Amino acid sequence: MNQIRNFSIIAHIDHGKSTLADRMIQFTGLVEDRNFKDQILDNMDIERERGITIKSQAVSLPYRAADGQEYTLNLIDTPGHVDFSYEVSRSLASCEGVLLLVDAAQGVQAQTVANLYMAMEHDLEVIPVINKIDLPTADIERVMEQIDGELGIDPYKAIPCSAKAGIGIEPIFEAIVKKIPPPKGDDALPLSALIFDAKYDPFRGTIIHCRVFDGRVRAGDQIRFMYNGTVYRVEEVGKFLLSRSRTESLGAGEVGYIIAGVKTVSDVHVGDTITLDGRPCAKPLPGFREAKPVVFASIYPIASDDYEELSIALEKYKLNDAALVYQKDSSVALGQGFRCGFLGLLHLDIVQERLEREFNQSIVLSVPSVRYRFSLNTGEVLEIDNPSLYPDPAKIDKTEEPYIRATMMFPEKYLGTVMKLCLDKRGSNTRIHYPSPGRTELFVEMPLAEVIFDFYDRLKTLTQGYGSFDYEIIDYRVSDLVLLDILVNGEKVDALSQIVHRDRARERGVHACDRLKDEIPRQMFKIAIQGAIGGQIVSRSTISPFRKDVIAKCYGGDITRKRKLLEKQKKGKKRMKMVGNVSIPQSAFIAVLKSDTD
Amino acid sequence: MDRRAPPAPSAPGLYVHVPFCLTKCPYCHFHSRSPFGREDVKRWLDALSLEAAFYRDLFPPFDTVYIGGGTPSALTASEMGRLAAAIRRNFAIEPFSEWTVEVNPGDAAPGLLAVYRDLGINRVNAGIQSFDDETLSFLGRRHDARQAAKAVEALRSAGFDNIGLDLLYGIPGQTVEEWLETLSAALRYEPEHLSCYELTVEPGTPFFVLREKGVLPPLPEDLSLRFFMETSGRLTDNGYLHYEVSNFARDASLRSRHNRKYWDHTPYLGLGPSAHSFLEGRRWWNGEDLDAWEKALREGRRPVGGEEVLTTGQRCLESLFLGLRTSEGISLDGFREEHGIDLLALQGGLVERSAAEGLLVVDGGALKPTVRGMAVADGLARLFSDSLSLRDGVSCPSGT
Ligand SMILES: Nc1nc2c(ncn2[C@@H]2O[C@H](COP(=O)(O)OP(=O)(O)OP(=O)(O)O)[C@@H](O)[C@H]2O)c(=O)[nH]1
Ligand code: SF4
Ligand SMILES: [Mg+2]
Repeated sequence: MNQIRNFSIIAHIDHGKSTLADRMIQFTGLVEDRNFKDQILDNMDIERERGITIKSQAVSLPYRAADGQEYTLNLIDTPGHVDFSYEVSRSLASCEGVLLLVDAAQGVQAQTVANLYMAMEHDLEVIPVINKIDLPTADIERVMEQIDGELGIDPYKAIPCSAKAGIGIEPIFEAIVKKIPPPKGDDALPLSALIFDAKYDPFRGTIIHCRVFDGRVRAGDQIRFMYNGTVYRVEEVGKFLLSRSRTESLGAGEVGYIIAGVKTVSDVHVGDTITLDGRPCAKPLPGFREAKPVVFASIYPIASDDYEELSIALEKYKLNDAALVYQKDSSVALGQGFRCGFLGLLHLDIVQERLEREFNQSIVLSVPSVRYRFSLNTGEVLEIDNPSLYPDPAKIDKTEEPYIRATMMFPEKYLGTVMKLCLDKRGSNTRIHYPSPGRTELFVEMPLAEVIFDFYDRLKTLTQGYGSFDYEIIDYRVSDLVLLDILVNGEKVDALSQIVHRDRARERGVHACDRLKDEIPRQMFKIAIQGAIGGQIVSRSTISPFRKDVIAKCYGGDITRKRKLLEKQKKGKKRMKMVGNVSIPQSAFIAVLKSDTD
Repeated sequence: MDRRAPPAPSAPGLYVHVPFCLTKCPYCHFHSRSPFGREDVKRWLDALSLEAAFYRDLFPPFDTVYIGGGTPSALTASEMGRLAAAIRRNFAIEPFSEWTVEVNPGDAAPGLLAVYRDLGINRVNAGIQSFDDETLSFLGRRHDARQAAKAVEALRSAGFDNIGLDLLYGIPGQTVEEWLETLSAALRYEPEHLSCYELTVEPGTPFFVLREKGVLPPLPEDLSLRFFMETSGRLTDNGYLHYEVSNFARDASLRSRHNRKYWDHTPYLGLGPSAHSFLEGRRWWNGEDLDAWEKALREGRRPVGGEEVLTTGQRCLESLFLGLRTSEGISLDGFREEHGIDLLALQGGLVERSAAEGLLVVDGGALKPTVRGMAVADGLARLFSDSLSLRDGVSCPSGT
């Protein structure tokens, strides 16, 4: 066990975690060069297309150190985007140390700080690494000052490297071996292994990703899930060497997988402890704090018949995305579905896309919302994240919405534009801090509803990519809220309703009608869209119908060609949900929230 | 043609594709060889006899024959004679059949037309396209307006009493008024039948290349609709029946009997490269290449390039979009019999809604599109079939 090191690579988004993982994998010769592709751990299509990491990914690397000894380094590459911080926090529970990357040109950013705090909470050894020193804009000295002043870490511990150019990789290996402590734990004790992730495999059942803290597990063992006491026989254990690689056993301190033919998906809980049925450990490991969703939306199958199938797909999907929470829900306009909680809009977007790609589901999502608080004159206090459950206005005493404290970092020259953006978003209690010359750190309190939707994108655009952003929820504050309904051809579509601030209500109504007009394609009949507050129409738009839609010539006997054309046009409409007589595309539900500028 | 004795509606139709043109028009995507030699025609005729032999006993007697292309009138009198003989040798043709040949205005020589009459051809369809010289040259046609007029006169003089004229509108730069002038010129000959097509730009044609370059923009929807409505209005005012999206007849008996078979799932046999056939729910089509088609036949193989057996859903979609193109519309009983679906009970009250919007009428047990409905026939068909495939338990999931 002294020969094992467990560590994660953490950093602000795009600071080069996956690229550093690439170099480390290549350094150990785990993959032949000709089989190599960049960001090799980002193995989901959606990660490669978007160029970001979404899932934490573990890989075991063999390493012969300068001291002549053979080590096994269990590396976990983590995502950088705020919406996936739950992935990071779970990865950290399996580690004794982290590599904290800082981009040599961008310097310390909001997520650098947030991730460092997370590592400190887990009591992990932190090795700072300054990446991208090959960039002409790299400023190592300035970054060292920031590491000292803003992170409170001895800057002389920082290792300069270029993940891209492969410079400074070996010193990182040596630091891992020397500075990160080997895992504690005892092979001889009863088994206790923490489930930190899982994935459903149609052939093998659930693949459980775990970190063994004490004891040893091997094929043939009877294991018990401590959460619900179910028992399974282990079919296979192994490690992650880019693909699953079977081993004889997994012992204390090791990270790997267990396959135990678990077809009942609900038996596996991320955060649960696995022990041996015949020789259980005394108590489960601490597990994880629950993910705290901040954005809520309902998912509906496009064809109502597919509800059951969606239900099964969600259960399997959740194994691989512990941050998703959901429960049954139904809508007057859209039928049966699920109310889901997400960690942010990007998370929501990814869930939707993965359900479609990996589980072949055709779905639409209702307009996302945050969770509001309503005090009624009956004394009851309701927390409502679904506008269709908006209470009777006559009974409402007080309405409150969640507020956050946003932390932003950017070069000083953008201060004016960023301040204006924050005021636009109802920001208050602004505090400015200059951590080092030319850099601004801005703290602003804002309603969560204003920041989740497109705040980050706007900030990035305004600061030409140099602004970073992090936030924490601070409290609920009294706010004058109203319900904005959307009527399509006179019928209310509950999935398009939003809870909005009264001062913004009319503007939001106009905006929603305009966006829907852009998003809903013309159809055979005229479509009237209206925004209404408390029964009063505040905005409207109209989509004119097709007036010419026919092919002039039906060529000779070639009816097939013409039919295929129609079938193709019908296919293009697949991602639309029929609401009454109108087909509404998936994109429309989200579009009502987005600002015109994107 | 004798119109007193209409045969049983289910008799099949025969189509022959003549794959030759003297020159190639830049908007045309039909398969034809140009230039060509008499030797090519001979090989084609020989192979056509071989192809016909394959289907000799498969079809009941035909009651329509349609010789299209390409340019059938590019065949010499004796070649056309050989073709007619091959048809009669291989197939039974009902008495009083409709026998149509497509004629290019440049080819309408009295001698040739007299031979057509002798061969039993009783209907001609002339590819006039326009009575305006500028338009004709833009379209790359080898005839001019004067030749167009002379051709129609020659057809009449030859004794044809069932003449169809093909015209094109929506040509870039053409105004509706200019088009109506061409239409008036056509009306002077009191043709029994008129086909008025909006110019469509098909992939694989020189016009398509121009469109890709942005030179030939598609007609704006409003203008396209105006052409369509004005055409319909002008011709209906002159006593014509607007019986299909692009087709008009002087009276009901003068509708193209042959084309109708395509629209209501009547069997048809197509001979020659690129021709399509339909029999008992199966549709097949020949390869487009003349040489490959001929080679297959010489080697004793059927020159089929592809085939499909229609699923119930596909058949249903076809019934919808084809039916909604015609003024006769979709027979409610017929549809229920064929597909087990009551269109009046469509989800979302689609029929009432379409009727309220003036797109349809329910009349005489049929769903009939109005002229405005015909203008959106494809959209209506999609809408109806969408609601069918969404409805629980209905076996009309198109595309399966
Ligand atoms: N010049 C230079 N570019 C680098 C270096 N390391 C990474 N990059 C580039 O930075 C971008 C982001 O790299 P990734 O490795 O995907 O970053 P990441 O931290 O894994 O990003 P997320 O997983 O989305 O948080 C890519 O375009 C890399 O090619 C480096 O050392 N030098
Ligand atoms: S339009 Fe007629 S003549 Fe012109 S190329 Fe096509 S088939 Fe030949
Ligand atoms: Mg990454």
